Amino acid sequence: MSGAGMARAEKFSFIRAMEYRDYYQILGLERDASQAEIKRAYRKLARKYHPDISKEAGAEDRFKEVGEAYEVLKDPEKRAAYDQLGSGYQAGQDFRPPPNWDEGFEFHGGGYTGADSEAFSDFFESLFGRGGFHGFGGGARQRQYHAQGENTYARIAIDLEDSYHGGTRQISLKHSELGPDGRPQLKERKLNVKIPRGVTEGQQIRLAGQGEPGFGEGKPGDLYLEISFNPHPLYSVEGKTVYLNLPVAPWEAALGAKVKVPTPEGEIHLTIPANSRSGARLRLKGRGIPAKEPGDMYVVLQVTAPPAESEAQKEAYRTFSEAFSFDPRSGLGS
Amino acid sequence: MQSDKRREVVAAILDEHSELTLGELCRACGIPAEEVLALVEEGVIEPRGRGRARWRFSGICVRRVRRVYSLERDLGVNLAGAALAIELLEEIERLQARLARLERGEE
Repeated sequence: MSGAGMARAEKFSFIRAMEYRDYYQILGLERDASQAEIKRAYRKLARKYHPDISKEAGAEDRFKEVGEAYEVLKDPEKRAAYDQLGSGYQAGQDFRPPPNWDEGFEFHGGGYTGADSEAFSDFFESLFGRGGFHGFGGGARQRQYHAQGENTYARIAIDLEDSYHGGTRQISLKHSELGPDGRPQLKERKLNVKIPRGVTEGQQIRLAGQGEPGFGEGKPGDLYLEISFNPHPLYSVEGKTVYLNLPVAPWEAALGAKVKVPTPEGEIHLTIPANSRSGARLRLKGRGIPAKEPGDMYVVLQVTAPPAESEAQKEAYRTFSEAFSFDPRSGLGS
Repeated sequence: MQSDKRREVVAAILDEHSELTLGELCRACGIPAEEVLALVEEGVIEPRGRGRARWRFSGICVRRVRRVYSLERDLGVNLAGAALAIELLEEIERLQARLARLERGEE
């Protein structure tokens, strides 16, 4: 490909169409909002959707969107440039920045960094570049000739079984790299992560050398992944402790029984002691999450009575009741 | 280092058994030592060992420090406020896990 062709291709990729973002709408504001109102709206939404606070699905995306809107509107210069685009666009509408729209504004250049800024949309990037503003993570450090790359932080959802057996999970990470045109580009990278045995929810795992590349002869940074568990159809997990609700028939609870019970490590035979009550917890020592100090597993008995449908079944319940002088409500007084 | 996409990357757990020096914790969290010192003073993280040179931090400090730091940065709360927030958040996480388990029992 000729040099001129390359240049054209780059230019084309830069002015590609993208969706217009209505930053005022994102913050729930009118276009004439004061700087104080913008700050208030941002703070309120940021508290609500902060990924360290909200576990709501989509909270992180919402937080980034709100952050992007605030990044533009809090800065009078960027706001003025954005306002200059006019209010004729609808959110989501195809958008191309008008030629030389940013003349007189100095957004591009400077150190780019910041996992946070990388999350900004193509729309933002087309207007302000990636990192013409101050990123959050140590921008100054990157200008040194040799420096260790930044650490990066992400989350990963795994299955409980991965913690027991140490499975492998593929994750996609977005990071920015300087493209041939000298502009940072967003690149995606896939990584097969071997999940260490015994991780628990909320813990972090460290992948040495998988963060941002180093500068000069500096080593790459590390990647930290925060673990969360996908909901499991059978088990609940609290820290290193694993719970299973086990339905048992009234006669199994009363007379004792030997039943098959699933555990994340495979099926076991469990002896239910005679006269177990509903809600009783049977401890399986060391069968929780296999951490260095393994957690325990609890089997929680749920006495489940079958409905009486046939005449024989109703008769059985009557015989049952006659055999006991049992008042389940004796504890309620009067 | 990143060329072979099929390579499996082995991860190490940061838990209460991991031990990080002050320098290692700073590098892990990407924050200067003064910030870590402020967090120790606030009681957000507690090192084992006497004297800064002998301080050892547990691996779970990394997440706490990162969370406090990001709350401070993103929400404009001060250190004490962020410290309070993460204690409450950790309590909510424990309660939510417990609630999820108990609600499951009612089904």
